[in-house]
Amino acid sequence: MSSLDFSGSKFYANLAEKRLVGSQCKKCGKTFFPPRPMCTECHSGEMETVELSGKGKLAAYTVVYVGTSAMNAAGFDRKNPYCAGVVELAEGPCISAQILGVDVTKPESIQIGTELSVAYIERGEGDVKKISLGFQA
Amino acid sequence: MPGFVLLFAGEAELNYGEKGMKQRKLQRGVAIVGAGMSKFGSFPGLSSRDLFVEAFQEMSASVDKGFDPRDIEALFIGNYSSDLFEGQGHTAPIMTDWVGLTPRPATRLEDACASGAAALRQGMLAVASGLYDMVLVGGIEKMTDLPIERVTDTLATAADMTYEIPAGFTFPGMYAAMATAYMHKYGATTDTFLRVGYKNHEHGSLNPKAQFGQRIVDIMEARKASAVKKGLPVPQWADEYEFLRDNRANPQIAWPMRLYDCSPVSDGAAAVLLVSEDLARNFTDAPLHIIGSGQASAPALHSRDTLTAIPSAREAARQAYEMAGVTPADINVVEVHDCFTIAEIIASEDLGFFAPGEGWKAAEDGVTMRGGARPINTSGGLKSKGHPVGASGVGQVIEVWKQLRGQADKRQLAGSPALGMTHNVGGTGQTCVVTIYERR
Repeated sequence: MSSLDFSGSKFYANLAEKRLVGSQCKKCGKTFFPPRPMCTECHSGEMETVELSGKGKLAAYTVVYVGTSAMNAAGFDRKNPYCAGVVELAEGPCISAQILGVDVTKPESIQIGTELSVAYIERGEGDVKKISLGFQA
Repeated sequence: MPGFVLLFAGEAELNYGEKGMKQRKLQRGVAIVGAGMSKFGSFPGLSSRDLFVEAFQEMSASVDKGFDPRDIEALFIGNYSSDLFEGQGHTAPIMTDWVGLTPRPATRLEDACASGAAALRQGMLAVASGLYDMVLVGGIEKMTDLPIERVTDTLATAADMTYEIPAGFTFPGMYAAMATAYMHKYGATTDTFLRVGYKNHEHGSLNPKAQFGQRIVDIMEARKASAVKKGLPVPQWADEYEFLRDNRANPQIAWPMRLYDCSPVSDGAAAVLLVSEDLARNFTDAPLHIIGSGQASAPALHSRDTLTAIPSAREAARQAYEMAGVTPADINVVEVHDCFTIAEIIASEDLGFFAPGEGWKAAEDGVTMRGGARPINTSGGLKSKGHPVGASGVGQVIEVWKQLRGQADKRQLAGSPALGMTHNVGGTGQTCVVTIYERR
C-alpha cells in the first residue's frame, strides 16, 4: 500500500464509490477514520485499509444558520439551515458529517445518541461534482 | 475492536495532561515592563501596521522609567492570516519597519487565534535562553475589510479543511457542537450561555478599548429608541434575557450559539515589552514576572476523547501551574478565550477553577462576575472587547498588566491582585497557551 491509499483525495474518491474506508494498524489493531498513513497510537507504519459499516451515533451537533460559502452555494441559508455533527462510528472513531433526517426547525428536538447510517451527499454536476460525508437519522 | 459505546456520554475521568514529567523551568526569569494596545473595533482605512504603531506607542508610554526603543533586540509578532484578510504576507518585517526597528530580527508566529500567546511564549523563550535581554512581542489582525462570508471562510482554514469544513462546520458551529455535548452531559441550558454574554458586556462597558462597550440593557434600549424614531412598533422585552431570547434581536448563528454568544469580527493590535528578570527594575518598580507558561496541541474536534473539555487547555494549564508552583485558587485575575460563550464555561473548568460540569452553574450564579468570587474576563473578554484573532492573546496580557498594577480604573478588582493568568486558544483547541504572571 502507498500513502496515497490513506490520503484525503483517496478518502473522497472512495466516498464517490459509496465506500467508507478507514485505516487499521497491522501491529496494534487500532482503527482510524478518517484514514491515516501511520499509526498515531503505536507509531507503526504498517497500515492497511479497512471498510467501515457506516453505522454510528450522534455525539454532538449544531444547526447552522450562517454557513460556509460551499454550503451557501448548495442553497443553505438562514431560512434553510442545516445540521452538522460529530458521529461516533460503530467501530470506535468519530467523524464530522452533515446530519440528515433531523428536524432542523426544532434544534432542541435533536437527540444526542440518535442512531445514524452513512449517506453520500453529491452536489454539483460534471467537473464541479463534489461528494461529501453525511449521516442519516 | 472497541465496543459500540457512546464515548462522550460516559463519566470517564479526564486525563489532566501527561503525568510524572520532569518539572520545567526557564533558564532565567522573564518580566513584562510595558504593555499597550490599540482600540479594538472596526477601523476602515487603517491596516494592521497602523494599529500596531498605535499599540507600540501606548506600550512605550507605559514603561514607567522610560526606555530606548533601539534596545529592543528582536520582535515576535502573532498574526493569524494577514494573507487572506489583507492580501499581505510576511508581516513581521513590515511591523518592525513601521516602528523604526529594522534591522532587528522579526518573526511571525501563526497558531490561529492563539497566535498572540504563541508569540509571547517564543519571545519569553528567546529572553530566557540568554540570547536577548529585551524583545518586543506583538499581536495584529485586520479582519473587517472582508465581507462576512469570506471572514467565515478565512477563519475556517484554522480547522481541518479536509475533514471538518466539508461537513458544513463553521467555527460557531464547532463550538455549538461542544455546547450540545456539554448540555447533554451536564444539564446546562441555552439560557446558561446568555448569562456569559450578558456578563462580558457588563464588564466591557467599563473598558474604553472595547469594541462593544455597551451593556446588553443599553443595546436593548437603543433598539427600542430606534423603533420609536422610525415609527415602527416598539418591541416589549421585559428584561435583557427576554431580549437575548428573541430570534429577531439575537439571531441564531449555529444553534445553540446566537449572535451575542459569538465574539465579533475585529481589527486591533497589542504589544508588550519583555526583558530579562534582572533588568526589570531599570524600567519599572511594578514589573509582571512570567512565572508559568504552558502550551499544548490537540487533534481535530472529532478526533478527541472528549467534546466537553479542551485537552490542550488542560495540558497547557497543568504545565503553567507546575512551573509557577501555584494552584487555581491562587490566581486573582484571569482572562480566558471566550471566542464563544460555551468556550468560557469550558475554560473555567479546564483551568481548574471549577470541577467538570460545574462551570455552567458558576456562570448562572454570578460567581464569574466582576464582584463574584471568581471574576473572569474583567476586560469584557473577546465577546465585548473584540477578537482581532492574532492580537487577542497579547490583548489579554494588557488586562492582566492593568489589573495587577492597579491601573484598571473603573473595572479594577479589589484586594490588590498579585497573580494573573491568560488562556489563549487556537481553533477549537488544536492549540492552547496558558501563562501565569506575578506582580512583584
